[in-house]
Amino acid sequence: MDAWRGFTGRRWKEDVNVRDFIQNNYTPYDGDESFLEPPTEATNKLWEKVQALQKAERENGGVLECETEIVSSLTAYGPGYIDEDNKELEKVVGLQTDKPLKRAFMPYGGIKMAAEAASTYGYKVNDDLVKIFTDYHKTHNQAVFDTYTPEMKKARHSHIITGLPDTYGRGRIVGDYRRVALYGLDYLIKMKEKDLFFCGGRNMSEEHIRLREEIAEQIRALRNMKKMAEIYGYDISEPAKNAREAVQWLYFGYLAAIKTQNGAAMSVGRISTFLDIYIKRDLEEGTLTEKEAQELIDHLVLKFRLVKFARIPSYNELFSGDPVWVTLEMAGVGVDGRHMVTKNDYRFLHTLENMGPAPEPNLTVLWSSRLPKSFKKYAAKISVNTSSIQYENDGVMRPVWGDDYSICCCVSATQTGKEIQFFGARANLAKCLNYAINGGVDLNTREQVGPEIRPITSEYLDYDEVMHKFNDMMSWLVELYVNTLNLIHYMHDKYYYEAAEMALIDTYTRRTFATGIAGFSHVVDSISAIKYAKVKTIRDDDGYVVDYEVEGDFPRYGNDDERADEIAIWLLKAFMKKVREHHTYRNSEPTTSVLTITSNVVYGKATAATPDGRKAFTPFAPGANPSYGAEKNGLLASLNSVAKLPYEFALDGISNTQTISPDALGHNDAERIDNLCDILDGYFGKGAHHLNVNVFGVEKLKDCMEHPEKPEYANFTIRVSGYAVKFIDLTREQQLDVIARTEHKVL
Amino acid sequence: MLYGRIHSTESFGSVDGPGVRFLIFTQGCNMRCKYCHNADTWDKNGGTLMSADELIEKALKYKDYWGDKGGITVSGGEPLLQIDFIIELFKRAKQENINTCVDTAGQPFVRKEPFFSKFKELCSLTDLFLADIKHIDPEEHKKLTGVKNDNILDMLRFLSEINKPVWIRQVLVPGITDNDEYLRRTAEFIKTLNNVEKTEVLPYHTLGEYKWKELKMHYPLEGVQPPTEERIKNAKKILEG
Repeated sequence: MDAWRGFTGRRWKEDVNVRDFIQNNYTPYDGDESFLEPPTEATNKLWEKVQALQKAERENGGVLECETEIVSSLTAYGPGYIDEDNKELEKVVGLQTDKPLKRAFMPYGGIKMAAEAASTYGYKVNDDLVKIFTDYHKTHNQAVFDTYTPEMKKARHSHIITGLPDTYGRGRIVGDYRRVALYGLDYLIKMKEKDLFFCGGRNMSEEHIRLREEIAEQIRALRNMKKMAEIYGYDISEPAKNAREAVQWLYFGYLAAIKTQNGAAMSVGRISTFLDIYIKRDLEEGTLTEKEAQELIDHLVLKFRLVKFARIPSYNELFSGDPVWVTLEMAGVGVDGRHMVTKNDYRFLHTLENMGPAPEPNLTVLWSSRLPKSFKKYAAKISVNTSSIQYENDGVMRPVWGDDYSICCCVSATQTGKEIQFFGARANLAKCLNYAINGGVDLNTREQVGPEIRPITSEYLDYDEVMHKFNDMMSWLVELYVNTLNLIHYMHDKYYYEAAEMALIDTYTRRTFATGIAGFSHVVDSISAIKYAKVKTIRDDDGYVVDYEVEGDFPRYGNDDERADEIAIWLLKAFMKKVREHHTYRNSEPTTSVLTITSNVVYGKATAATPDGRKAFTPFAPGANPSYGAEKNGLLASLNSVAKLPYEFALDGISNTQTISPDALGHNDAERIDNLCDILDGYFGKGAHHLNVNVFGVEKLKDCMEHPEKPEYANFTIRVSGYAVKFIDLTREQQLDVIARTEHKVL
Repeated sequence: MLYGRIHSTESFGSVDGPGVRFLIFTQGCNMRCKYCHNADTWDKNGGTLMSADELIEKALKYKDYWGDKGGITVSGGEPLLQIDFIIELFKRAKQENINTCVDTAGQPFVRKEPFFSKFKELCSLTDLFLADIKHIDPEEHKKLTGVKNDNILDMLRFLSEINKPVWIRQVLVPGITDNDEYLRRTAEFIKTLNNVEKTEVLPYHTLGEYKWKELKMHYPLEGVQPPTEERIKNAKKILEG
């Protein structure tokens, strides 16, 4: 076939197998960044236009325009362009709606939320649409609340489990968008039709009936994807014949996902190395120049920077700064031992230079000590200059997920096209500890939320007694949590099925069930305080323990101190083992994460004082980070503590965010780059999983908070737990939290 | 067993010697520099007693981060006041193949026994010296630090004689060292040495001021502001050539 000219290998031609295609055809690149090209005039013009739109969006209170009349679908809109008058500038076309940054109306997750999201920004959704999705068509949210038990509602209301994907799309499903480019849609439809033909023929169980319906939905989505492309004047029935088509075909696949789903995380996956194969072929055939190649990648990235969803205020509090997690991976090492850095990885990183720093796409470097030194240095240079990228350890992920996994949110690996994840937000273990001490009563509402176990009545906390009760309380919490998630995902599959994404994933897919932990460091330090110091309870008039006084010193997580760190390891393992005891929906494999995203602020605000000395209703430390002010032995001691958490028990990821002042990282950029490379090699060499790296001083943050109007701050991007965000887009509360955490590090 | 008096350790240092380094701050100093940002390390009776083994064990936890340049740096306080201990520490370090740096102001240096032989032994175990020239002018040096500088400059000459790599560091303090004439004289002195790999200008900062207050001492440089970017550039130009 002409589209596959020059490509080698055979398995990927006989079946859908993108990994096999990549392994047979990619070319590792060991050189440096000197080949990179600056932005073209078209790129500059488009980026200028997008920046103007983003500025207008900010001035308009965060949203430029909301759809109120049309239900989003693959074919709901005619073509849309960044600049109607200069369409020809765009080398990659396609928008979620008919205009850039206009937010689509997506009611299937929940009509109340969809209407509220619009009304928050002054838009009123057409009454007829509200009626249709209230009276005639059930939504995911309605279904979940129909079936929640009273206990689940209480737990949700008291925030011991929160952030649940019951009011928004669950996201975290990464379609293998590369398939669109490599195979074209006709072949993909044919393969799905085959699957449908064979599904359930001998045993029409409920499971098979459901799957048959899902495959039918997938086939319909694929057909509509073709129509969507036709609207833009493209026929994507056949495989892409060159790099430009490959980028466009792949983007259409992704566009189908973001037109039909508003998941919290809508990752695009591991596309960099794949696209390099097409670009390299064109460069060799003389049909593309490096300048044009960079332009293609710049324009693709520009499209990723434009992805937006209409959100409700409570969602924005959880995930501040309007993130969408267009997570995109690069580098890593293949199972055969060859590194997977290609020139295209440089091109993607270079977009942060060509168009300045930006939070999206969520550029993720899969780190290994075996990556070429020049690439490590270039990535470190981009970190030092933009604080916009994150690092994840290929060394711990490859043995579990192979060499073609994508990151489906912040830190969670998923085998591309072979696997989906049921996203499960997180359980608040700090609150759980308070329940253990107070007999299951929530201190905010004074409601009996947990089981009515005997509360602790002693003045000083006894380690054995607390641990016994905490263990029991955690068992109750985990059971309730898993059951709640089972119910949510059942209804999500039923009422808000991701047909377009699932159409680009194997029919018989592996599923993981991703639980999570919030308040991690505070529970660890609390247990340490109870064990190694004396913790006095302070009770209110009703006898509830509302505060604590710690007498004496105790080891804290974050200092490479075995005594505290072994509690951290125990906590993670204990939680995960409890999760494994329960049935998880659709035979999914349970995993957990130590990741809060920016919800550490919201969870903390809902949680009374904890025995580690954390004041009531103050933010938790994010993710697996040690608590504020706990780190007394410097950065590497802190990293060593986090690195001890066993990844095998947290396969959904262990997030760590560190901010290093430029002055502390080295005298000049050359030193900073070298030192950062050494830190990453060291940290990941110890088996750690993830690191967000920020390089700036607290003064810059403070000035930016006070003077957000300064032009230099328009795109000032920082890494928070698991994603990147423009600092000026954070709520003031989140900004203060970031500043507080950075300040602790100064001395 | 020999013990060192240790003020503290820090797992991550990247501006005190090459690469990523584990820092050991010794306790005790005879100098009383007006801008000292570690005034809490002066008292020779303070600190914690630690053995070389303990410190090396601690440092090795960070070995993975050192790459091919990093290692340990002993700073202070004044490490040379505990030269027997530092020799023992570095012997252990060299058994573990650790890159070693001493950050010293040179005050205890004399070409007299028993110190001189010990110093020579230390040199054989040290990969790099970071040496502060507090002030080039003898009078001003005395005013600034309370001690004379002839033996300090002599240490630098000795290190030059034996060809031991040195990074010279100059704290740039407005009104004290930020003076073109002094900077030029310092540069001229440095030119007479043949072992200087690098000259670093460290702009004065006020981060250590709170320590003076905690120690209930008057901070002599109260109100002195860090030097301007322009002056830092000027000093770099004069010193680094």
